[in-house]
Amino acid sequence: MATYSTNEFRGGLKIMLDGDPYTIVENEFVKPGKGQAFNRVRVRNLKTGRVVEKTFKSGETVEAADVIETPMQYLYSDGELWYFMDPESYEQVSADAAAVGEVAKWIKEQDMCNLTLWNGAPLIVEPPSFVVLAVTETDPGLKGDTSGGGGKPATLETGAVVRVPLFVQTDELIKVDTRTGTYVSRAKEE
Amino acid sequence: MCWQPSASLLAVRERAALLARIRDFFRALGVLEVETPIASRSATTDPALSSLATRWHGAGAPLYLQTSPELAMKRLLAAGSGPIYQICKVFRDDERGRLHHPEFTLLEWYRPGWDYHRLMTEVAELARAALLQPLLPDERIAYRDLFREGLGLDPWEADAQALSRAAQAQGIGDAARLRLTHDGWLDLLLSHCLAPSLGRGRLTFVYDYPPSQALLARCRDQRSGPVAERFELFVEGLELANGFQELTEAGEQRWRFNQDVAARVAKGQSVAPIDEAFLAAIAAGLPDCAGVALGIDRLLMRRLDVGAIDDVLAFPIERA
Repeated sequence: MATYSTNEFRGGLKIMLDGDPYTIVENEFVKPGKGQAFNRVRVRNLKTGRVVEKTFKSGETVEAADVIETPMQYLYSDGELWYFMDPESYEQVSADAAAVGEVAKWIKEQDMCNLTLWNGAPLIVEPPSFVVLAVTETDPGLKGDTSGGGGKPATLETGAVVRVPLFVQTDELIKVDTRTGTYVSRAKEE
Repeated sequence: MCWQPSASLLAVRERAALLARIRDFFRALGVLEVETPIASRSATTDPALSSLATRWHGAGAPLYLQTSPELAMKRLLAAGSGPIYQICKVFRDDERGRLHHPEFTLLEWYRPGWDYHRLMTEVAELARAALLQPLLPDERIAYRDLFREGLGLDPWEADAQALSRAAQAQGIGDAARLRLTHDGWLDLLLSHCLAPSLGRGRLTFVYDYPPSQALLARCRDQRSGPVAERFELFVEGLELANGFQELTEAGEQRWRFNQDVAARVAKGQSVAPIDEAFLAAIAAGLPDCAGVALGIDRLLMRRLDVGAIDDVLAFPIERA
């Protein structure tokens, strides 16, 4: 079982605390000139996303979490699980709704996603920052309107709903920023 | 590998100017600048410190890099040097962070015939001169009063359980899980809860520590129990200096070294030879004196109002 000493603590290090995998967000070394040294760390629970503060005596060791981040291709979903493939080894993993969460509404088959795997199983699925999706339904909108002002809801092929400018029509392709869930521009078939 | 300095050139120049002001300060007062060895056959016994070691072909054993020039300077005092100061590099393994660097610059000075309260006054004067803040006010608060006022507990009376409860009440992350000694809890509460608000717009001296944290300070008995005649200086939440009414009894000093060594052995830390030359010097007669060590890098951080020690180091260890 791999362990890390507090001396090795740094942002991004993956550790096990109380049975859950965590990533270190921030590590501060606190030591009186003549006294006990501490590491004051902020850690994010990779299962829940919650950030908490922990205090360690310097020199303590903690168990390493077997967590890796890797790009994987989204294959398909059977409604319960989402299947992803390592593009190099062709190895497949399946992610449940807890791991995929809101991301399901942004990804299309063959999109490359960033997966965080814990003991080989998906913990977090990150969609590409930008995706191109077809509009399946939106109001026809007003003639002569250019961009800016107003906007209207549009339903995309994945089921996501975003606000788009009035000139965007059904069946058009648009580019969306998945980090903010906002329309970026119209897009052409890639 | 990054070749550029991490400090700005302004910080490099300010360091030179700060050192010049410190030397002017002591020259005007007739305090002698001295140099003592950085590498020595003996090392600190303090369980809170770990030494770096090197080798010299003539020694046949490791030489340890000083964690402070204290013991060698006291040998000079015992030899009759009179008031002395030193600006030197010191080394501490296992210390790296926003405010810590394993190699740093210390100013240390000794005043024979002075008591530690008089030395605090001089430390404040030096800090004002070095920071170019002639009107910076100073205040003094006893360690016991600091805990009473800040946390509502007496650090001499409160047991580990009460200190643990206080740490949890203060919201120290996951404090309930920690297993600490009495002094460990006090260190936690001081560094996490009390120190950050000390020295705001002023120089704050904390003095008279629990005897278990005396280190090389003399202890005296009070009606409320023994106290160690030790002080620390905080500026804007930053611990800048540590001073003592120096212990001058050889027997007591040897006993403390042996206690330290026992604590190191119990914790599985390395143990280096005790400094017998220093003990011989004390036995020959160390004059009554007060002494203090002040971190130059942190003083420069205050001068420049920067948040990290790397901002004032030309090349931190990762670039060394």
